[in-house]
Amino acid sequence: MSAPATHFTEDATRVAHDLRHRGIIQTAMGKYETVRDQRKMWFQDWQGARNLAARTKFEAINHLDTHLAEFARLLESRGTKVHWASDAAQAREIIFEILRAKKAKVVVKSKAMTSEEIHLNDAMEKAGYEVIESDLGEYIVQLREEPPYHLVFPAMHLTRGEIKDLFQKKLNDAPSDDPEALTMVARRALRKKYLQADVGITGANFCIAETGMISITENEGNARLTSALPKTMITLVGIEKVLPRLEDLALFLPMLAVMGTGQALTCYNTMYGGPRQPGEADGPEEYHVVLLDNHRTLLLADAEQRDSLGCIRCGACLNVCPIFRNVGGHTYGTVYGGPIGSVITPHLRGLQDWKHLSYASSLCGACTETCPVKIDLHHHLLQNRRNASAPKTGKPSFFQKLAFKIFAPVANRPALWSLTTKVSRVGMKLRGLVNGSALDPAQAWTKTRDLPPVAKQSFREWWKEREQ
Amino acid sequence: MSERENIFARIKEALTIHAHAHHGTGLPTAADQRRVMPSVGATTDEQFALFAKNAADLKATFKIVQDETELRSELTALAAAEKWVRIATHKSSLAGALAASLNLPTLMTDEGCDKHELEKCDAGISECDALVAQTGTVVVTSRTAGGRALSCLPPHHVVIARREQFVADLPAAFALIRQKHGANYPSMISFITGPSRTGDIERILVLGAHGPKKLTIFCL
Ligand code: SF4
Repeated sequence: MSAPATHFTEDATRVAHDLRHRGIIQTAMGKYETVRDQRKMWFQDWQGARNLAARTKFEAINHLDTHLAEFARLLESRGTKVHWASDAAQAREIIFEILRAKKAKVVVKSKAMTSEEIHLNDAMEKAGYEVIESDLGEYIVQLREEPPYHLVFPAMHLTRGEIKDLFQKKLNDAPSDDPEALTMVARRALRKKYLQADVGITGANFCIAETGMISITENEGNARLTSALPKTMITLVGIEKVLPRLEDLALFLPMLAVMGTGQALTCYNTMYGGPRQPGEADGPEEYHVVLLDNHRTLLLADAEQRDSLGCIRCGACLNVCPIFRNVGGHTYGTVYGGPIGSVITPHLRGLQDWKHLSYASSLCGACTETCPVKIDLHHHLLQNRRNASAPKTGKPSFFQKLAFKIFAPVANRPALWSLTTKVSRVGMKLRGLVNGSALDPAQAWTKTRDLPPVAKQSFREWWKEREQ
Repeated sequence: MSERENIFARIKEALTIHAHAHHGTGLPTAADQRRVMPSVGATTDEQFALFAKNAADLKATFKIVQDETELRSELTALAAAEKWVRIATHKSSLAGALAASLNLPTLMTDEGCDKHELEKCDAGISECDALVAQTGTVVVTSRTAGGRALSCLPPHHVVIARREQFVADLPAAFALIRQKHGANYPSMISFITGPSRTGDIERILVLGAHGPKKLTIFCL
């Protein structure tokens, strides 16, 4: 087993038995499900909306070169500096160069999964910058020195009591465990940082090709402030985030809100098309957009799974996934968790090391069913399973062959088959004596599941009885 | 080769293999979008009522006022009730003039916006580009609403709108932005839907995470 696979199995076993974790996740997801379903009903035709969204993303991704070129050209025409990074190291270096040129000390960030992808915070902190995550959930996990738990709800695995203790320890300011009081603690702490920060770093939810804008979706106003107050603004975004037209947002913004948090529209949906323009009151003097490939073009080259680049990171597939709900967000050990993470991580970080994620699925298809852009998630998991095993041997193992050598003649001879079922019934009874012990021949199976009993009567026996 | 060229070369190479369009091709029109999106009612009165309902659900305050006199007295009452000491606004026929009538120390963001000063203000009063009935949204831009920070930094954002600024739905709002700004877009366009909020602690709603705790919309 690869190291990530071992880590996954160990953590999955531990978290699946953690009743406290289960309780927290069930409560949070229960609240989410109710509002999400109400909002879906609010649409006149939710399935129709998913179709339109899938079509739009298909156009965007399958003409990525044209859209990206247009996006960059328009941004540059209004004074934005556009940078291109093939991998994580290049992206970090581009950002460091800007920080050095601006003699920055304090950097304030609003939520960006891309920055998790390139381990930006770690690198900046090591280089001596003060880095502050401003999204409340991200701020909490930053203080705990752990990665975000979920794409949309980074701190959903924590209780208010734990957050109170954390604030007490790290900020020395925690009047009570009331969520409102705790939020105000963070608000006060972060206000100061906003005013000090030299550089603001954001992610982006969409890149609008036709107008040269990025669009950021958020509830707290932290991205608004990150892009308003510091003198330099940097947006780090994946190349796949394009939408062809400004009008496409009319559909995507509410769909993202419905699936992400069950809102009609998130509190702030903001489009940025450059640094402060002549005649504007404020805003950054410099604006940099860093476009990140980091193996996205590998995924693009896989025509079968290309649609997974259309992901709008709403987190809906995580929320409905029985595996995610049982093993939790940290078990994946990846930046992107849940079904979408299991699909794309093997492409982004190596198939052999991450193929175990293709099995972190019951193939129930709930993810595919819920995805607002209709990514064929559970089939992609199957394709990854196929791709991971095919090139290695291409042939079944000795034991698989042996098993079928025995199975085929038995299954082909009715008399032999019926004898086998009779014997199994007796065998089942005897197995009861050794159930769960080392002597149990089915031990490999029964360690984690029940062995289904052999039916008391076979179909053919029943049929015979009925004929009489 | 530059990194830009490398990336484009990889994209072009990847796209030589065609993907199957399982859900059709072609970009949807506004009519397509409207067929699937939430309905907004046929008459402007219905849409007006829808905005009011959405605003209430979002915990924003929405008030219709008959004329500028009524608006002035509403605003004066608000300033007194919340004990405003300092306010911020921008040069504009409605919001700017109105704010002046309050006789409070006033920061005009378009005359040099010092973020430290703005942070000390009790309220930011701005105009807007549109009100969207479908979602209860206020559309502001960096050009027409006093910059980027005015509508986000002070704890109370007060919007002064005119009835003509109503649009029915999101497709109409985007069409309006395009028509109004053409190719010369402001550097920031923000769709504000209710006061700032978070649910990051146990998914319990708290208003005023980083942005304004209160949003008041006056409509003439
Ligand atoms: S794959 Fe679909 S459901 Fe999952 S996060 Fe992406 S867009 Fe949302």
